[in-house]
Amino acid sequence: MRDYTIFIPEYVAAGSAVAIVAIELIWPRFRKDALAYLTAIAALGWFVASLFFVGKTPGDFQGLIRTDNFTSFFRLLGSGIVFVVALMSATYMRERTKAAAEYYGLLLIAGVAMVYMAAARELITAYISLELLSFSLYILVGYLKRDNLSSEASLKYILLGAFSSAMLLYGLSILYGVTGTTSYDGVAQALATRAGTTDSAVVVSLMLVLAGVGFKVSAAPFHMWAPDAYEGAPLPITAFLSTASKAAGFALIVRLFSAAFQTNAVEWRWAVAILAALTMTAGNLIAIQQTSMKRLVAYSSIGQVGYMLVVIAAMGYGDAKVGHDATAALLLHITGYVVSTLALFAALTAYYNKTGNDSIKGLRGLAETQPFLAVVITASLFSFAGLPFFAGFATKLFMFQASTSHALMWLIGLAVLNSFISLYYYLMVIRQIYLFGPEGGLTRFRVSPVLGAVAGALLLGMLFIGIYPAPAFRGAERAVNPLFDLSAPPAQIAGK
Amino acid sequence: MTFDERQGYVVLATLAAPLLAMVLLFFVPGSKKMLARYISLGFATIMLGLSVYIFVAYQVHGGDIQMELRWGWVQNVSFLKDGISLHLGIDGISALMTLLTGVVAFAGTLVAWKIDFRTKDFYILYWMLIGGVYGTFFSLDLFFFFFFYELAVVPLYMLIGIWGSTRKEYGAIKLTLMLVGGSALIWIGIFATVHQAGLGTFDLPALWKAGADGTLTPEFQKIFFPFFVVGCGVLAAMWPLHTWSPDGHMAAPTAVSMVHAGVLMKLGAFGIIRLGIQLMPIGASFWMPGLMVLGVIGALYGATAALTQRDFKLISGYSSVSHMGYVLMGLATLNQIGVTGAVLQMFSHGVMTALVFLMIGALYDQAHTRDLKDFGGLGKVMPMWVIFYTIAGLANVGLPGLSGFTAEFHIFVGTFQTYPVFGALAIFAAALAAAYMLRMFSIVFFGPFNPRWSSLRDITPLETVSGGLLIGAMLAMGIWWAPFIDRVGHTVTLLPGVTG
Repeated sequence: MRDYTIFIPEYVAAGSAVAIVAIELIWPRFRKDALAYLTAIAALGWFVASLFFVGKTPGDFQGLIRTDNFTSFFRLLGSGIVFVVALMSATYMRERTKAAAEYYGLLLIAGVAMVYMAAARELITAYISLELLSFSLYILVGYLKRDNLSSEASLKYILLGAFSSAMLLYGLSILYGVTGTTSYDGVAQALATRAGTTDSAVVVSLMLVLAGVGFKVSAAPFHMWAPDAYEGAPLPITAFLSTASKAAGFALIVRLFSAAFQTNAVEWRWAVAILAALTMTAGNLIAIQQTSMKRLVAYSSIGQVGYMLVVIAAMGYGDAKVGHDATAALLLHITGYVVSTLALFAALTAYYNKTGNDSIKGLRGLAETQPFLAVVITASLFSFAGLPFFAGFATKLFMFQASTSHALMWLIGLAVLNSFISLYYYLMVIRQIYLFGPEGGLTRFRVSPVLGAVAGALLLGMLFIGIYPAPAFRGAERAVNPLFDLSAPPAQIAGK
Repeated sequence: MTFDERQGYVVLATLAAPLLAMVLLFFVPGSKKMLARYISLGFATIMLGLSVYIFVAYQVHGGDIQMELRWGWVQNVSFLKDGISLHLGIDGISALMTLLTGVVAFAGTLVAWKIDFRTKDFYILYWMLIGGVYGTFFSLDLFFFFFFYELAVVPLYMLIGIWGSTRKEYGAIKLTLMLVGGSALIWIGIFATVHQAGLGTFDLPALWKAGADGTLTPEFQKIFFPFFVVGCGVLAAMWPLHTWSPDGHMAAPTAVSMVHAGVLMKLGAFGIIRLGIQLMPIGASFWMPGLMVLGVIGALYGATAALTQRDFKLISGYSSVSHMGYVLMGLATLNQIGVTGAVLQMFSHGVMTALVFLMIGALYDQAHTRDLKDFGGLGKVMPMWVIFYTIAGLANVGLPGLSGFTAEFHIFVGTFQTYPVFGALAIFAAALAAAYMLRMFSIVFFGPFNPRWSSLRDITPLETVSGGLLIGAMLAMGIWWAPFIDRVGHTVTLLPGVTG
């Protein structure tokens, strides 16, 4: 009996996406910001529908999709992101496009894709979900078609994205050739019991898979597309790229590596550790030289991906207990990172709607012209840097603490060092905001109530996670519980 | 509720006061400057009262850690079993540091009265700084210890960058990066320690036990002791990582200089006690000769450098390096009298240097220059200023009857017990201190009067109250030192690895 009820939350989301596109078809003059609020309501409905699945018996669809707490976690996170991004887009898109229905429809679809990247238990399903997300994003990045930068960004993203999809697919097909199955559990079993003659094929396929997913989360050296895509995309889509698409990438990686690749960790863990080291160092060092705020955030988020990859490496070097603890902390960190990033972008959007300037210098004197936005931006940057009171402090500390082991001490040290480097360029932004007066006769201005409320709520969320992380951490732990069998003997990872 | 629990809430209230002040000020409109000032003064008074209470109520022959309070914070999640608790408590050392914070914070609030540019923002950041300082002194949980330690560093960039003076941007970024760089080392140390202890908790007493019973193996302690001590050493202006101190102090506004030199630098030394000596006693006994060498170099180097400076603030900045050198020396002796002296010196230097920066600020606000050579014969126009500055200077030199003498005497005796040669060098540094102080006095206070300064006015009533409070603290420790030494000495004897 096929159980179609496990998809109910996504029926809500995808159904609303279709409805929103239909609305604009039927009434072309429908207000564009009203579409945004409809999308937000749909996301809210999706969120509520997802809540019914939390803590229930996991649903399973033909061994392809599993709706356990891990899936629920990303359902809640995904619908939350779509909700905030929709609200951020309202004024921004109304001022820039004549037809916005596809934009909001694709936003919802991208959110759905994110959920299935987390829920997939099988290689092809995972790949299709990932492509669904990518294709939605290709369009969304280039949505401002009259803006050359936007079109250029989209083209670059498509070309490099297609290339990486090819690598991923090639890796998956070799993997299928070796193991003869595409289900995660089957792959794990086949890898553990395989004959020695397939070693090199397995390593090649793992590296290709790693490169493919590394591209999606913009890990160095596969990060080249990110700064251009971030810069050209509409501002709310930049927010979506740096939150949802990263979270989705890690959801896929965590389930894939914990289920399918955990039995042969020795063959990939070193590569992930190196990837993490490269990513965080490249991201943070290049960020220092940026003059555009969007590019700065792009590189800073690459740095963040480096920190998150530390957890994946730790999963490879440790037993199930370490994997469980570290991924719980990873999900907490992702939550904190998403909240901080969205707060930053809500504030930047409000500022951009007013001034149309996205350079770092353009923020000059913000403390005088809009003290509230100044506080929100400063708080999110401090949260990225991992300073106390804000989410980043606690989440980063837990994440690195859970990943610490003798073998990875060097990587932890490097991560802390990178964290320190990152503070420098965050301070350079804060310097513009607080140390200089406003330029160009800009006087105090008001923020639209919606954006103000969104930014304020996210600021409170950032403070809550930073000061009292227990509830969020507990939620994250419940989400990863189904992924790790803590009763199993810890010797499983010895490889062959 | 037992007596000790009720006392715990006093500690919590002291910590909550600056944080509450922050939140309250956030909602005050920026134009209501007087309101912001009065709110701050109100909270500063409460904090001073509570700090004095904590110091007095600490029972000398009670348990080591008193006024304990423990609230579970993050427990039974993932790798955190006992996890993190808001664990506050006072021992003899932190009792004295609490008193210091209360006094200096109060004095700083009064001095900041003059600030007219974004007054409210200044006080918000100021209370954030003070909250961080209190929190670090109170915390008996490694997570919160580091939380508050970082919290104290965060606002400095803006405090100096926005309200500072000479080369403020340079001073601010240099100071922030060096201090945060130091805390990066502490961070690495924390990860390694918590992992190695394997207790699933950040509770400091539990980790101290792991350090003493060998769960943190001797090899481990030898490797990671330097991480903590160098990390904290940056904040304590340990040579050669002191270079932020002169630049930072030169750039900082008066109230921030006072709090920074007066209290914040002591966090570094306090961290060396908490995370170095208490957490890694074996590492401490292995590395302490090295710290002794750095301390002596700092003491001599700071004093020599101060001898040649022309800017008031640079003189005090280098003098702070020198005095913090004494503190490190005292800690490095690892004997009871030396470590006690180090803690006393932390207090003594705190109040004394706060007074010095207060006086420099009072002059600079009117004269807009800090060059020694511009001044002369100021005794004629600013008699009170000269008297206050002289008292601070004499405490700096170590005149008996003032706090400096009590503290330095202990340090020198302690150093002679373990490292006689370094003891001699330290006394030489004290002689240099007399030289740079007297040089400055002779140029500025006496000497020919420069008529350009005939319009200078003496210190304001607020500054007099503020300075009077600091002088009171100096005299108290200089004349009736028993309450100070009893509290500190009792705790110091219980530190692991400290000899009698």
